[in-house]
Amino acid sequence: MSARPPRPPREPAHIVEARRDAALEALVATVPFAGVLGIHFERLGDELTARLAFDEKLIGNPTLPALHGGATGAFLEITAQIGLAWTLVWARMEQGGEAAAAIGRGEFPALPKTIDFTLDYLRSAGPRDAYARAEIRRAGRRYASVAVEAWQEERARPFLSAVGHFLMPSEG
Amino acid sequence: MTDPDPRPDAANPIQSDPRIEARGAPLSPDQVAEIGRRFMERVRWNSELGMKLESLFAGVAEMRVPFDARFVGDPQSRVLHGGVVTALLDGCSGAAVMSHPTGAAATSTLDLRIDYMRPAKPGADIVARAECYKATRHVAFVRSVAHDGDIDDPIATAAGAFVLERPRPKTPKPEDKA
Repeated sequence: MSARPPRPPREPAHIVEARRDAALEALVATVPFAGVLGIHFERLGDELTARLAFDEKLIGNPTLPALHGGATGAFLEITAQIGLAWTLVWARMEQGGEAAAAIGRGEFPALPKTIDFTLDYLRSAGPRDAYARAEIRRAGRRYASVAVEAWQEERARPFLSAVGHFLMPSEG
Repeated sequence: MTDPDPRPDAANPIQSDPRIEARGAPLSPDQVAEIGRRFMERVRWNSELGMKLESLFAGVAEMRVPFDARFVGDPQSRVLHGGVVTALLDGCSGAAVMSHPTGAAATSTLDLRIDYMRPAKPGADIVARAECYKATRHVAFVRSVAHDGDIDDPIATAAGAFVLERPRPKTPKPEDKA
């Protein structure tokens, strides 16, 4: 790319933010299973925090009671996958032009594919909302490594920690 | 250790494996039925996913998640999401622990590593088979396979360590450390 296109006039911040929120919502909607679990993403700048809304259906141990390890594991996997996909979406939106326009039309890059995912169950999760954040430790062209942690009441007391490797979609 | 991955044979996949039978007195059919019932009825998440317990015997469990369009990861490909595989392998591994002749009172996951070989076939059910191959006093070790029809062509494999809670009143004699 040699000649840069002329800079378009700066848009008001609320319009830019609304567009980013719409793109995030549309991205998450491409994963129906995220909706079944009740996962939503909150965004501050480019940083995402996932929220797993408590529902009785997520219970794995009715005696304690505690959330099911399979449900919280899936929550972290989706947090990592959407977190990675979001970096691609964000980059395209920032790029402007056709790349950003495609995102606006809901044409997203293919989702990263999980290669492996290792879950470390630190403590049981109570019957309430849970939150998670993904940290992308390495984002290569082909492979990415992501660490995710989930917590409930105290950020410093995570109940589940995970690391995973993902295969990134082929075209950029 | 002998071959770590017993293959099911056509007629009676689990019951006919001599190495598994050699593990000791299996649970009675009533006990197995009770574990299966508790797993499906009391564990809401398992029933939410429509999980079905196909067989359960002396540390080996087989479960199925029927294809459900709500659980896809990508609507265009109609492939179940990896998180469904995670939930199935975790649940199936837990059932394997509960059915082990060591007699667990309860279990929970300590850690689980899942390797994804390939996506499931579009519209296909996913079947998991988990084997609790070692139960120590406090910890159970489980490996599992998820496939969509052919166990030799897996979607994913997993290895996990599980908390093994013993029944409260009587303290069992320690077979092993850990």
